[in-house]
Amino acid sequence: MKLKLFSYNVIDTPIHRLSGLTKLICFLLLTFAVMFSYDIRFILFVMAFSFVILKISKIRFSQIKLMLIYVVVFLITNAILTFLFEPEYGVEIYGTRHEILRIFGRYNLTQEQLLYQITKVLKYASVIPLGIIFLLTTNPSEFAASLNGVGIPYKVAYAVSLTLRYFPDIQRDYQNISQAQQARGLEMSKKASFGSRFKNALLIIIPLIFSTLDRIESISNAMDLRGFGKLKKRTWYSKKTIITGDYIAMGLSVLVFAMSILISIFINGSRFFNPFI
Amino acid sequence: MRQEPIIEFIDYSFQYFSQAEPTLMDINLKIYPGEKILIVGPSGSGKSTLGHCINGLIPFAYEGEIKGTLKIKGLVAKEQNIFTLSKIVGTVLQDSDGQFVGLTVGEDIAFALENDRVNTLQMHDTVAKVAEMVDMGKLLKSSPFELSGGQKQRTSLAGVLVDDVDVLLFDEPLANLDPATGKTAIEIIDDIHKSTNKTVLIIEHRLEDVLHRGVDRIIVIADGRIIANMVPDELVSSQILIENGIREPLYITALKYAGINVQKDMFPSHLDTLKMQKVVQPLNAWYKRIEEPEKQDEKPSILKVENLFFSYDGKKKIINDVTFDISEGDMISIVGKNGAGKSTLAKILCGFESQDLGEIYYYSEDIKEKSIKERAEIIGLVMQNPNQMISKSLIYDEVALGLRLRNVSEEDIKERVENALEVCGLSPFIEWPISALSYGQKKRVTIASILVLEPKIIILDEPTAGQDYYHYTEIMKFLERINKMGVTIIMITHDMHLMLEYTPRAIVLLDGEVIADTRASIVLTDSNLVAKANLKETSLYFLAEKADIEDGTLFVQRFIDYEKGVREANEA
Repeated sequence: MKLKLFSYNVIDTPIHRLSGLTKLICFLLLTFAVMFSYDIRFILFVMAFSFVILKISKIRFSQIKLMLIYVVVFLITNAILTFLFEPEYGVEIYGTRHEILRIFGRYNLTQEQLLYQITKVLKYASVIPLGIIFLLTTNPSEFAASLNGVGIPYKVAYAVSLTLRYFPDIQRDYQNISQAQQARGLEMSKKASFGSRFKNALLIIIPLIFSTLDRIESISNAMDLRGFGKLKKRTWYSKKTIITGDYIAMGLSVLVFAMSILISIFINGSRFFNPFI
Repeated sequence: MRQEPIIEFIDYSFQYFSQAEPTLMDINLKIYPGEKILIVGPSGSGKSTLGHCINGLIPFAYEGEIKGTLKIKGLVAKEQNIFTLSKIVGTVLQDSDGQFVGLTVGEDIAFALENDRVNTLQMHDTVAKVAEMVDMGKLLKSSPFELSGGQKQRTSLAGVLVDDVDVLLFDEPLANLDPATGKTAIEIIDDIHKSTNKTVLIIEHRLEDVLHRGVDRIIVIADGRIIANMVPDELVSSQILIENGIREPLYITALKYAGINVQKDMFPSHLDTLKMQKVVQPLNAWYKRIEEPEKQDEKPSILKVENLFFSYDGKKKIINDVTFDISEGDMISIVGKNGAGKSTLAKILCGFESQDLGEIYYYSEDIKEKSIKERAEIIGLVMQNPNQMISKSLIYDEVALGLRLRNVSEEDIKERVENALEVCGLSPFIEWPISALSYGQKKRVTIASILVLEPKIIILDEPTAGQDYYHYTEIMKFLERINKMGVTIIMITHDMHLMLEYTPRAIVLLDGEVIADTRASIVLTDSNLVAKANLKETSLYFLAEKADIEDGTLFVQRFIDYEKGVREANEA
């Protein structure tokens, strides 16, 4: 079975055509911009921007459904917990107090708190699609080439792509071993106590380690025999040349990044946008 | 004056630091440019070690003590490094999956170029050209998961051809390939040899399959020494193969059974060249003499599968309306190309996956509701790679594991483990650590650990993969013995010999459907079936054709019957 979560899919879109390095830099710039600013107008703008890119990169909903479910659950829990622990944080930040609803004790819903929490949720909602785009549109080997391009030693960069290459194989081994051990009577379901489940997991992990070691030996032989590690540098088959699109993407990201900083300094005077004064 | 040898061993010995004895001893061997050479030998004979010496894994990856000299293209090998040697000798390793380092075909072929710092544009050019040589031009963007075994092999070959090496070294190229793909692999190697005139070395124990296309010389290695270095015709007419646990071509065995004295001047290394004058008459006479064995009594059905359907994703049917019926005490094989659904079928029978539709009956009981653990007491599964099953360090503990997990009392465990080890011929090793065992012995430990649960049916996935003839015979004799004790045996296999010699009946799967369920002798002589299921016709069939025997299928069946008789006589 192919690994469904995080699987890079090969289609041709303007986003896929960008080099992995460009995508990494853009992702970091945009993430920083969003994390820095608490201006809801700006964040809505970035969110709209990231959804447009999601559309352009032709990522289907079914591919990211599982990931999105986790994200939504996380956001809801986060919002509830924030309110439980810091119901007055919005008031503290914005310095005013407009009550909407009295609940009980110190739990009063204020416009300030509402704005703060909505802003926070939107921050995540705009960054997460960007992360998904990066993972699903970047060829791991090409990404390794990019990492090497920014000065990371190629052996480290190659290890990243090799891990991705063999991860599905090892996952399949795990499944086979686990099934065979269950047939011998291993209980891996919730029926077993935590302690015995831990002990039982060892019975799967030991054969997995040994078969993985076999695998590693044959890969490293194959790599040696084809000259891996001979020279201090190497070139990359899947390295992409920087195209106009890369410059445009980087230009846009720098612009958004600059906007985030400039809005804070010149318009809001702080990281927060305050409509209450 | 002949050319200088490209590879020359002079009084060469090698001993791994981890071993007490040298693995190679007094090797003297010259290989000349452009030769095509087959190196055969039983498991553990040192043939792979010899290959490692040539490609530089020895001494640069596996350390040890070298005596004598090895020269490659005039250079003393141990004074070079693995990278220099890799520019002269290109190696295609045994496991084409394990050596696939790239995420796509193109990337994998380019690997050596990347390491040589060839620039990206030029690299794309070279890769495209080399891929064309091995017919992979259209698949440059495919990932290893999408390729067949043969396509992976072609990719590996292209990966070494990009370097323009002088010597191509193939380390067991046929392991893990189905029969038809193996045949194609040998043809590709031969075509590359003819079109490039590179020196080709093939290390392999499946002699008959390699001889599908000619080789110049065969070198036989046993116990670390070269014991024969001769042309194929001479070797197959000698006793050397049999004496050293290497299987001779099956048609040669038939000739010998018929009392024919196989000689070098009959050109017996290939059926096409075999001179038939002295063969036709005795072969016909022998075949007519063999008596039909008595019919066995009908046994009750032990496992009945009815209209089974299964799919992983709800769309592609992996198992598509499969129906068959296996009787108590049967020994059958399930064959078909990779991806035909064989392993999935085994997983469903063991309850690892559950069918979408259809019934499975054990005797007359529907076993749908039984858990994996409960089914294991009826149907045991032995995986192909013993390392994937073994999780304890002592043999006793490993075999006892399934019983301990079922809370059987230690006294009963002791008795049952001792029994199982006895049956598997492992009693002398009861106190041993598993790490001290050979691969074949480990395999028997895994069989013992399944037998101890006393299942009525055992499914074995490729029980003989990677085994030489000697170990193959040992494992199969052992399985025959437990079969006679009443255990029903189902084997998933690519091995035509196994199917022919040990399983009277074969089920052939294609795209999840049963396309044949009949005698092995019929399957392996039906060219239509053979082509569909990526099998290979047995050479016996062509021998019959060449000897003007009308019913080739019957000839094959008689051969099987005769051989079974020989085996039983030897046992007794």
